[in-house]
Amino acid sequence: MVTPWQQRIAPIAVAVALLCAAAPAMAQSAAPPGASSCSGCHGPQPGAAVPSLEGLDPEAIVAAMEAFRSGQREATIMNRIAKGFSDEETRALAAWVSQKH
Amino acid sequence: MPGALSRRAFVGAAAIGVAAIRSRVVAQTTPRVVVVGGGFGGASCARELRRSGFEVTLVEPNPVYTACPFSNAVLAGLRSIEAQQFGLDALEREGIRVVRQKAARVAPQDRRVSLDDGSTLDYDRLVLSPGIDIRFDALPGYDEDAAAVLPHAWKAGEQTLLLRRQLEAMDDGGTVIISAPSNPFRCPPGPYERASLIAHYLKTHKPRSKLLILDAKDTFSKQRLFTSAWQALYPNIIEWVSLSSGGKVTEVDAKTRTLVTEFGRHTGDVVNVIAPQRAGQIAQEAGVADRTGWCPIDPVTFESRLQPNIHVIGDATIAGGMPKSAFSANAQAKVCAAAITSLLRGQAPVEPKLINTCYSLVAPDYGISVAGVYRPVNGVLTDVEGAGGTSPADAPPSFRAQEAVYAEAWFQTITANVFG
Repeated sequence: MVTPWQQRIAPIAVAVALLCAAAPAMAQSAAPPGASSCSGCHGPQPGAAVPSLEGLDPEAIVAAMEAFRSGQREATIMNRIAKGFSDEETRALAAWVSQKH
Repeated sequence: MPGALSRRAFVGAAAIGVAAIRSRVVAQTTPRVVVVGGGFGGASCARELRRSGFEVTLVEPNPVYTACPFSNAVLAGLRSIEAQQFGLDALEREGIRVVRQKAARVAPQDRRVSLDDGSTLDYDRLVLSPGIDIRFDALPGYDEDAAAVLPHAWKAGEQTLLLRRQLEAMDDGGTVIISAPSNPFRCPPGPYERASLIAHYLKTHKPRSKLLILDAKDTFSKQRLFTSAWQALYPNIIEWVSLSSGGKVTEVDAKTRTLVTEFGRHTGDVVNVIAPQRAGQIAQEAGVADRTGWCPIDPVTFESRLQPNIHVIGDATIAGGMPKSAFSANAQAKVCAAAITSLLRGQAPVEPKLINTCYSLVAPDYGISVAGVYRPVNGVLTDVEGAGGTSPADAPPSFRAQEAVYAEAWFQTITANVFG
């Protein structure tokens, strides 16, 4: 049974369904090189032993990575990882990981 | 699955009264991706692909996945097997269709996967994340029956519990033997973490016992760190026999719990045979494994070098410098999903970088790590020079304790990332 109301609403519903399907894709920008690996250790949980990066100032992440790379900031493992990224890559990565994914 | 059904029902209802053709267009424009394997690689990849809006089907026969990382702590009585176990409920809630069947065959020309029950799944892109299989044809005397007596415990679950029971039942003063394979194999530092944690159990519960490692290699992952930790913590327990000292096991006699090497015979009270391995069976069936038994891939997309539209991730791959680890599988899954997303949208995939981090516990409060950053160079995933490496050799106990804390934190985070 299809009522006239359903007939009128159907094309809109299709559009909404298409939008819903496409929405997560639009919300997600492609990860710059290396960035998608970070969530293997850095989760969304605040206060975890390995700190969450979500919501941090990207500049702070860049500064931390630079300090890890130069040895200014002590680390167990991030000094070894930070050395794998150029300044430009680090900036792109910081901007991406500071967002919620 | 409820999510996928309800969405389909919604679209279906919406299409009533509209030209039928339009609903077909909707159905056809959503690409279908099938993922085989619900471990660290497969589950991660399925979630990422679902977030891209694709219709994702995950094929995994086991209702519960038992994680290998930290399973050596189960052997040592430091952790329950339940802490290693994860379901796929969160994935189903996200709209991933989970099919609890074993993938039997792949027809690359038809883009079709056949399942054990005879049903089939069509795909636009297929991701295989089958992990490893033990090669029961590679070591004379070591077949599936032998593994029920001399466990490999290199797939976590029943085998882990079997080896744990054997260690518990062993008398003080007994000998444990671990046979370690040549490269490549799943989790390169794993045999040595296992030796360490079993030695910890022996030291604290059966201090007159010994542990012998018979190795088919002359060098191994994090070797300096393991060796110096063994000297400090387990000096009279662990003995490592290298390949050139006659460590390579060439034959197994399960009845007498004896391992035959090129130089002699070793009989143990508990014998753990970490046998040679290859990519999981479905990789062989799909024709994506080469003569080595492992799968060559394009390092940008993880598409098979041997079959189009089939991607392979995780332990099954030949991934250049990247070790076969859960961290690698998760990192590769995300890069592979991003590449598939680009390909299905007609865009060029981004050249990736990937990170690996592997922690090993030498004792409950003593962790060590190896890390690496990788990028494709001439078609091979290659270490970025100057990055990566192992924990320092001269670190204080506080550093080792911190890495043990990070090891546990890593496990909590990655399993949440993979399984929800």
